[in-house]
Amino acid sequence: MSAPANSRKSERLLNLLIMLLVQRHFVPKQRIREILYPDASLDAFEKMFEREKEELRSLGVPIEVGSLDAFFDEPGYRIRPDEFALPEIALEPDEAAVVGLATKVWEHARLADATTDALRKLTAAGVETDASALQIAETRLTADEPAFDDFWEATQQRTPVAFSYRRGVADQPTLRHVQPWGVVRYSGRWYAVGWDTDRAAERVFRLSRIDGPVTSDGPPGSYEVPAGTDARSVAQRLAPSAQREPVVLLVRQGSGHGLRREANLVQPTVPGPDGQREWDRLEIHRGSGAADELLSYGASVFVESPARLRDEIVRRLRLVREHVR
Amino acid sequence: MSRPAAGGAKDQVARLLALVPYLHQRGAVELEVASQALGVPVAQLIKDLKVLLMCGLPGGFPDDLIDVDLDVLFGEPEDDADEATAAHDQPKSIIRVSNADYLARPLRLTATEASALIVALRALRASADADTVPIVDRALGKLETAAAEGSAPAAQIDPGVTPQALAQLRSRLSAAIAATKQVKLTYWVPSRDEESERVVDPVALVATQGFDYLDAWCHLAEAPRLFRLDRIHQATVLESEVVSQRRPRDLTDGIFSLNRASASLVTLGLTPEAHWVPEYYPVESVRKRANGLLEIDLLVGDEQWLERLLLRLAPAATVVAPAALADRFRSTAEATLTLYEGSTVETA
Repeated sequence: MSAPANSRKSERLLNLLIMLLVQRHFVPKQRIREILYPDASLDAFEKMFEREKEELRSLGVPIEVGSLDAFFDEPGYRIRPDEFALPEIALEPDEAAVVGLATKVWEHARLADATTDALRKLTAAGVETDASALQIAETRLTADEPAFDDFWEATQQRTPVAFSYRRGVADQPTLRHVQPWGVVRYSGRWYAVGWDTDRAAERVFRLSRIDGPVTSDGPPGSYEVPAGTDARSVAQRLAPSAQREPVVLLVRQGSGHGLRREANLVQPTVPGPDGQREWDRLEIHRGSGAADELLSYGASVFVESPARLRDEIVRRLRLVREHVR
Repeated sequence: MSRPAAGGAKDQVARLLALVPYLHQRGAVELEVASQALGVPVAQLIKDLKVLLMCGLPGGFPDDLIDVDLDVLFGEPEDDADEATAAHDQPKSIIRVSNADYLARPLRLTATEASALIVALRALRASADADTVPIVDRALGKLETAAAEGSAPAAQIDPGVTPQALAQLRSRLSAAIAATKQVKLTYWVPSRDEESERVVDPVALVATQGFDYLDAWCHLAEAPRLFRLDRIHQATVLESEVVSQRRPRDLTDGIFSLNRASASLVTLGLTPEAHWVPEYYPVESVRKRANGLLEIDLLVGDEQWLERLLLRLAPAATVVAPAALADRFRSTAEATLTLYEGSTVETA
């Protein structure tokens, strides 16, 4: 699997890291070439060094560039040990056990890998993450939305983004420009909360309704998240489905199981709209989309209130009748 | 942001930056123990250690190199396959690293690692019981401090709440899968608005499109079925062993599966409000008609499912063919409307 060339490259990367880590001062580029790339032409050295330096950086190694002294403009490089090393972290056995469980949570390849990598570093720092002794319910986090990764990054780097968004499944997509503040999961779906720069207002976006790619719309760190912002409360305030109101229904006995399990008031065996007594009165809470859901039960469900919802159902059923004629 | 291939030099360096401090912290460690703790296979661990032999301070003298103490490294054939076997034959191989004090601490967490870990812990906290929540909070506090001085990683990433009942159901089902025991489910089938009891042989817990499912062999249907976890009202793990043998299903094509032999072809007309239907459900064909009307052909295995879909869409969808289904939908809509028009409750 690892060809000799590959392990030689690993050796060079690690030796470069050690070289820059143990020096107190910036190491001149020329010295790096002499020690680690003795056989490479200047051109080959420049290319390899540039690439390998970036590979170390992408691992999270903080390589600093600086000038050696005022009279010599050759750049030098170093890694400061205090910025390189994980700070001391002392976890109690029960805390470590909880942290060990975190590796099982993500059902998202990249973040599952990132969690495993984080755990490996903690283990290396002396944390013993034995989760077998702990009794805790299993939790899984999924993130299937293609836009999730982009918003995850944009939120943390404070990068403005542009994307094409459909407000409803039936709507045409429109181009939106947003400064993302946060990402929130709600009933199994991820939402982004942020500042819509076109509308100059807070907005919530369901990530599954983003069409196509999410592109950067400015450099990282180009805005601040307003102090005191709580992404969850913004999402709850703005998401249309979050505005719920009580709905009183008559449901035919033996049907409406999907509604019954969350009904918070049941008055059994009341006369129904058909004059029969095989109906139950239920109260549920619903936001927009209630008419779609309740219509799907057909003649098994009758809406008593609110009147607006009842009227919408009647109007839609009358349109079906007219359409047929 | 794709990860490089597992054999890449970059990944090897990342593993070494954990392996060296791990061994430095603990002194002498059994090879197998290190492999387990770091999640690196023994054969790979040996290869990684060999790289370390050639690393050290930039002086070029033997004293500058990292000392790697590993008996299995020497006297074994250079062949990959034999290495793994050799390690297996000598489970008590001890590894030790010295002369590497400058790598005593692991590399700090990257922003992605820190936030992935912290958000995972927040998700665990949301479904933890009252005794566990303070433990999770203590761990979160220490990690947030260690992960990033000054900045709060993943401050605004909120994984939400997995209801505790659902998390407990998951635990019970995964225990049943591990023990190969049958489970009795009380399950609500929304497409038919039915609640029923059934015995299943659980196979796996899977997640797709934002929902969690139990993949199982259903003895009521005598067929494989997916059960959405939030629609399982009750699950009792039985004493009886599972009787079917199945591999977890491949969900790469989505969760819709249909017995095409028993399904019938239905043609629907859709006005723009219902144009999302062919994007959401698998359809046989889509045709554009005049006035923004879309005509779709789809295979329907369950007429009741179709009727509920048509009612949900009303009046944006009509049945073009077959006529019997059009009649059925019309009479259901009419019967529903009669409830309102004939009732004593005022309608506008």
